[in-house]
Amino acid sequence: MTAGQVLLDAASKAGFYGLMTRSMGPQIRGGEAAALLRISTRPISSLDDHYDLLVAFDWGNINRFAAELPLSADSLVLADPTHGAMPEPIAAYGARAADLALKDIAATIPGGRVNMVGVGAAAALIGLPLDAVLQVVTTQLARKGEAVLAASTAAIKAGAEAAAALPATARLPEHAHDGAPRWNISGNEAAGLGALRGGIKFVAAYPITPATEVLEWLAPALEKTGGVLVQAEDELASINMVIGGSFAGLPSLTATSGPGLALMTESLGLAVASETPLVLVDVMRGGPSTGIPTKSEQSDLNIAVYGLHGDAPHVVVAPTSITDCLFTTQWAVYLAEALQTPALVLSDQAMGQSRIVAPQPQPAPFKAQRLVAEGGLETYQRYALTDSGVSPMAIPGTPGGQYVADGLEHNERGTPSSQASDHQAQMDKRADKLSTFDYGAHWADIEGEGDIAVITWGAVSGPVGEAIERAKAQGMKIRQISLRLLLPASPERMAEALAGVRRILIAEQTHGQQFTKFLRAHYDLPAERVVVNRPGPLPIRPNEILSRLLAWK
Amino acid sequence: MTVQTSLTAQDFKSDVKPIWCPGCGDYAVLSAVTKAMAELGRPREDIAFISGIGCSSRIPAYTNVYGFHGVHGRALAIAAGVKLARPDLTVIAAGGDGDGLSIGGNHFMHACRRNVDMTYIVMDNQVYGMTKGQASPTTAPDWCNSKLTPEGTGISPVEPARLALASGANFIARGFAGNPNEVARLIVEGIHHPGFSFIHVLSPCVTYRPEQREWKNVVHPGEGDPSKAIAEAMQRLSTDDGYTTGVLFAGTRPAFMPARHEKASMAEIEGKFLS
Repeated sequence: MTAGQVLLDAASKAGFYGLMTRSMGPQIRGGEAAALLRISTRPISSLDDHYDLLVAFDWGNINRFAAELPLSADSLVLADPTHGAMPEPIAAYGARAADLALKDIAATIPGGRVNMVGVGAAAALIGLPLDAVLQVVTTQLARKGEAVLAASTAAIKAGAEAAAALPATARLPEHAHDGAPRWNISGNEAAGLGALRGGIKFVAAYPITPATEVLEWLAPALEKTGGVLVQAEDELASINMVIGGSFAGLPSLTATSGPGLALMTESLGLAVASETPLVLVDVMRGGPSTGIPTKSEQSDLNIAVYGLHGDAPHVVVAPTSITDCLFTTQWAVYLAEALQTPALVLSDQAMGQSRIVAPQPQPAPFKAQRLVAEGGLETYQRYALTDSGVSPMAIPGTPGGQYVADGLEHNERGTPSSQASDHQAQMDKRADKLSTFDYGAHWADIEGEGDIAVITWGAVSGPVGEAIERAKAQGMKIRQISLRLLLPASPERMAEALAGVRRILIAEQTHGQQFTKFLRAHYDLPAERVVVNRPGPLPIRPNEILSRLLAWK
Repeated sequence: MTVQTSLTAQDFKSDVKPIWCPGCGDYAVLSAVTKAMAELGRPREDIAFISGIGCSSRIPAYTNVYGFHGVHGRALAIAAGVKLARPDLTVIAAGGDGDGLSIGGNHFMHACRRNVDMTYIVMDNQVYGMTKGQASPTTAPDWCNSKLTPEGTGISPVEPARLALASGANFIARGFAGNPNEVARLIVEGIHHPGFSFIHVLSPCVTYRPEQREWKNVVHPGEGDPSKAIAEAMQRLSTDDGYTTGVLFAGTRPAFMPARHEKASMAEIEGKFLS
């Protein structure tokens, strides 16, 4: 991971854009891990179909993740000959191979490490300027002392020298920094920042892979901005602490993954019934049950949309890219607070644990703005029926606003009621406030034109976008619709977006076509359609989408 | 922040009619709670009263402060969220033995050790009343009057005060619904004591456990000063008959409250992403 991080940071320093995802095994520390990078002269949002260069530091457990490392015949595989022959699943790609004596070269340098030799060789092969690499390492290792830095510098240089004897591989073009400010950020950090920008002041959560980094980033950031983060004893506690924090007046958030979301669903219903705003970031991983905790999937869609008992209208949104984790989480804070309801953000491991070097994101105006009750509260009714369905919320400390928030059905005042008319009125209120709200153009990212549309969401939006670009280059006209607002559904906007479309392709990372079934339940879709779906962890590649689109040419 | 008011216990009662059975011990606890609230001298809006699910958990609606009637077992988590978000509020949580010690048992243990400055009242009647009379975690193993466990549970009951002490609670007291003035006094003392205070109240269920009417004959005050030493308190509670009332333990741990500073701007925080 360190090697990948150095290369990505160096690419950024040299003026390139880039993306790094990771594939990790189940080990607590060490074990197999791959840093998967793509470097480009222009902003990117997807991995490519294959890798041009594979540097193998060892072949340990390669069988477990070789499928995640697609190579072409032109690709180059570098490996230390002392690790033995290239294992079958890698050899099967038919790529070119070359020896790189990582261990021997490292051994010539006191304190020299193979990963830095690999970094030097890779940088030289792909044409990444060596001074950018050395600058990054100097910054990263400053606190580890001069000896470590000297050893790393020497190892990188030795690796770069060794590259001169290696066969050529795909090289980056000469490229000058365009001077535009850019960010180096992971999806989980972006979600944390979106929360902060939206005005989150209270976080309670329980650690879980792959969501923990959202919390680890937020803990010091919140502390420095007057907020509080608490580690709870479990997810049942974290969601209820968040409900308490929000009831007490602070915009509040928790982050989790599938198993935690499952534990939280009862209390999400409480937030719906008691009209307590909160944001829940779910960084999805392979399921069901413990599933594949370190790898991505989009299979929490069903539980996020349908998982609550009773009729429980709530908001579900999903970022459409790594950087969009910022915007969408910030928007979710705004929606939750404006609508006094839980808003779920469906991120995933592929976005959350990937880093991107991208243009600095544009600021968005969304801030927590809760309708609160202040003054003139002699006849205050917490759940008063209003035109918008949203009623002023009294915050503890406000004289005269005392009420009891309740998960029991209640009347306008908040007093428990099992009366049919109260149930009907409050159910209407909770549904109408969501369905009549103006979500604006943010409900989906829509691009392109033509009578073919690709409908997708989340991390799959990236490869879809790239596939459409390639299809356009071949003269096709295709529309992309990446949904950001999943719940409530927007049938009118979708009808507008699909006007003139005759054929659709739906792309999603689930085994059971959860997204396709969701779309069919909520929208009128053209009858002619193709679904590209697969469970994690193998991401859907641009060419898989492209080949289906070209069949319609 | 504290404002002296001249509110009476009656001012802290709402006009909502309790769903409790005639003779239920919880009426007396309600009186004790509202009396304690009046004695605090804080305005109604500065108190948050949080509960879960069960007969006794209905209590916030019968008061006139800010309340939250949540889901089963999670009152302490909501209460901790309220207090951590708004340290200026007085936070009281309440519920029954099933809510607090069975489905909410994990939160009880962690609330004791987290030591957030709030007060938790458990109205213990050793039975699930709302679901019509099943054994709770404090029910004796040979109680055979439930159709769910007609031979008794065969499981030893939890002793709430001992569990609280072992988990790190900073203040532990026991009261009896038949003596609401003492319960009110214990609640006030618990609220004033820093950190997590646990008030165990023996509150008879006359419907499913009519034999609990006899509790008035077995409760008795503790002897001597409440212990500040955990080892001594352990020793006393290990031989306690479960009917001793009064303060059982008053520890000296400071309350938990994360620090709050505003020492960085958003620009500084976001600057770290510039590459």
